[in-house]
Amino acid sequence: MTVQSQSLTHLQALEAESIEILREVAASFERPVMMYSIGKDSSVLLHLARKAFYPSKIPFPLLHVNTTWKFREMIAFRDSMAEKYGFDLITHTNPEGLANNVNPFDHGSSRYTDIMKTQALRQALNAGRYDAAIGGARRDEEKSRAKERIFSHRNANHAWDPKNQRPELWKVFNTRLNPGESMRVFPISNWTELDVWTYIYDQGIELPSLYFAKPRPVVERSGTLIMVDDARMPLEPGEAARMEMVRFRTLGCYPLTGAIRSDAADLPSIIMEMQASRTSEREGRLIDSDSVGSMEKKKQEGYF
Amino acid sequence: MSLSAPNANTDIALWLQQQTDKSLLRFLTCGSVDDGKSTLIGRLLYDSQLILDDQLASLKKESHNRTTGDEGIDFSLLVDGLTAEREQGITIDVAYRFFSTDKRKFIVADTPGHEQYTRNMATGASNADLALVLIDARKGVLTQTRRHSFILSLIGVKHVVLVVNKIDLVDYEQAVFDRIVAEYRAFAAPLGFKTLEAIPVSALRGDNMLAQSPNTPWYGGPALVPYLETIDVSEDRSAQPFRFPVQWVNRPNLDFRGFSGTVASGAIAVGDEVLIASSRKPAVVKRIVTMDGDLDQAIAGRAVTLVLDREVDISRGDVLSWPGETPEYSNQFQARVIWMSEEPAYPGRSYLLKVGAQTISATITDLKFRTNVNTLEQTAATKIDLNEVATVTLATDKPIAFDSYKTNALTGGFILVDRLSNATLGAGTIDFGLRRAQNLTYQAFDVNRDVRAAMKGQSPQIVWFTGLSGSGKSSVANLLERRLTAEGKHLYILDGDNVRHGLNKDLGFTEAARVENIRRVAEVARLMADAGLIVLVSFISPFRNERRLAREIAGDLRFSEVYVDTPIEVCEARDPKGLYKRARAGEIKNFTGIDSPFEAPEHPDLVLHGAQFEVAQLADQLYDWLKL
Repeated sequence: MTVQSQSLTHLQALEAESIEILREVAASFERPVMMYSIGKDSSVLLHLARKAFYPSKIPFPLLHVNTTWKFREMIAFRDSMAEKYGFDLITHTNPEGLANNVNPFDHGSSRYTDIMKTQALRQALNAGRYDAAIGGARRDEEKSRAKERIFSHRNANHAWDPKNQRPELWKVFNTRLNPGESMRVFPISNWTELDVWTYIYDQGIELPSLYFAKPRPVVERSGTLIMVDDARMPLEPGEAARMEMVRFRTLGCYPLTGAIRSDAADLPSIIMEMQASRTSEREGRLIDSDSVGSMEKKKQEGYF
Repeated sequence: MSLSAPNANTDIALWLQQQTDKSLLRFLTCGSVDDGKSTLIGRLLYDSQLILDDQLASLKKESHNRTTGDEGIDFSLLVDGLTAEREQGITIDVAYRFFSTDKRKFIVADTPGHEQYTRNMATGASNADLALVLIDARKGVLTQTRRHSFILSLIGVKHVVLVVNKIDLVDYEQAVFDRIVAEYRAFAAPLGFKTLEAIPVSALRGDNMLAQSPNTPWYGGPALVPYLETIDVSEDRSAQPFRFPVQWVNRPNLDFRGFSGTVASGAIAVGDEVLIASSRKPAVVKRIVTMDGDLDQAIAGRAVTLVLDREVDISRGDVLSWPGETPEYSNQFQARVIWMSEEPAYPGRSYLLKVGAQTISATITDLKFRTNVNTLEQTAATKIDLNEVATVTLATDKPIAFDSYKTNALTGGFILVDRLSNATLGAGTIDFGLRRAQNLTYQAFDVNRDVRAAMKGQSPQIVWFTGLSGSGKSSVANLLERRLTAEGKHLYILDGDNVRHGLNKDLGFTEAARVENIRRVAEVARLMADAGLIVLVSFISPFRNERRLAREIAGDLRFSEVYVDTPIEVCEARDPKGLYKRARAGEIKNFTGIDSPFEAPEHPDLVLHGAQFEVAQLADQLYDWLKL
């Protein structure tokens, strides 16, 4: 046959690269798992995983580490996705943290994150004896992420050794592990935030409505708008939630996730607003700003 | 250069279409330490307005006590992401950065200049279309410039921009620029780059970055960014022969069996005949399945699932091609290897080789030569050290499908993995296959004791234990064997049990038979040591003459006579096999120590006092003394 000269568009190429990575995980590891955080990156990852293995079902479970402080809508959205697409959903909450009522208000964001996210994740990964955990991190998010391999090796304590990463050439990924070691795999490493949004738009991927602006009850804390998602949120004396037109650029634990004032109620408006914005995506995440190099430190300790 | 943002009047669909239509350029920056790579990328990000307000604020905070440009910013801080990097002011690992202009999207790999991190530079180069080779105008072409350029050619980066940076620091002198460019062109001529453009810039001050600088009126070429926006690096992968490495067999149920993978090159259409590389069996493509619906055709780069018209045996690692344009299929090939591990590569060692979706055992059977990365000179070598490049012959356990790297990087590039630590030790590019019949030889180097010893990473020798029955010889030998084996050494114990019942079962206990017994054991020990083993011989061997004979047979091998000196009362009290009891009862004749003498060694290499120490302590003493 004669072949016409043609090439893939930028998004098609990114999609194909991610699918290849996901298939490599399924083919190379005994017990892979995909982190499902319900955010936009996770939603893209889920969509890519469905494409990678179609017509088979996704051949590994999805793991949600539930801190119990997620937005209520995230949990409902998670369950509806699991029902709709029939994937195997595993959820885990740190039982000690739960017993001691560890929360972001009394324990501070950094201890809370360590116990309810980092430790909980390690518990879940150990319990499932997962040898590969797929995550939705991108290299454009943060400086230490920009340095991480797509197949990122972790020792038996889930720690990352940034000074001694395996060379990673072409698409020839070294997937081999010693007992107890594991791999973190980031199929959308090479996507930018704009790529993610344009892909969501192009593919019609469902998202929690929290990404879209609507009037929500918020309070302002040190310049950050926090949504009062349930009655557990302690209000200062005289403080009352007020309705504001807001949306979220990232989704996480509601007490730690800053909202932005916005009128962008649909995807095109969000993309346009994002293009004009002058702050980076992770700024709304309170846990990154503790100190310079804080993300790298968390990753060495096992944070995703 | 301006950030391509839509405005309220732009039709979002149109704008998104423009985004989609943009081409992508993946490039890397390389060059020596302090040539300003990170600063250059920081400048690109800054000029493309991709530095957001919060990043800019934290950047200014961190820029104290550093070399800053007019904006008061140390741009390198934007890209040096690891704490150790910021502390040491160097780049350790490759960092990926993203920016776009109205014309193009860019993914930049910022790679380290330090020689010890060359492997990370190779990582960055492997997925790049183009390289910026930075040179400090004050320093000119350095060793690392040459090293990086050579690796670029090895990895197959075809387009190079020579960025003569810090041109402001040499007063924008044309002569300096011309001299550096001439020297570099002379060096790079044999490296086979498709394009080589030289641009004088100051990343810190912005000269010739976005537009031609008034400070270099003598320079008539393009500024850096406009050049990157327009250079044509496209390779028509779809026009190459079809290659489809099978990644995953897709079997949701008994009615569906598909082969998932990415079209590495060429294109495939429904109705095309394909050939399976391993079995040479043909089949016809019945469906090209994706979740978005079946396709009529899939071009290079597409990730699809192929359904064939018949039951054929295909598993992960198989490669599908058109019948007339098959990949090479062999278990021997010549390749160039870049070594990335502190532990050198030796001919004869076994590694795991991964190419495409195939993973297989492989051995370097011939180390043809090493290429000096400074002079491109080829020299003989017996090993490949960290960051060195060598041309080798590799043999795999089974035939694999591949192409020469020049024609197809995705089916011709491989990594070598350590069998024990699973670390990535090196990467390679296949030059060409060698036919099995004419080339399957391991005789390209002289296989001798040194080669076999090097393969095992040990020095072969004989440790000869002598001592009474029950003195502890075998116990010490067993502990030593266990400890050294755990360290990866290869040993074998010869003792009465494994020799008397087989090799020497025709021998009795007469004096002549005892001499013959020792002679045979010594010969076997020598052969085993010659094969590369550390041999522990645990025999009573009571006579000096026999032990002297054994030492003579060992020749130039290290031979250690270890006397396990345990008094007969102690041995007899232990009597682990009940032999002393039987000897005293007269059931065994000629028993050493009872009715046959033991001639203690006059000059043993080591004495172990069996009555004073536990067996474990004796083994430790021997271990320390042997210093293996």
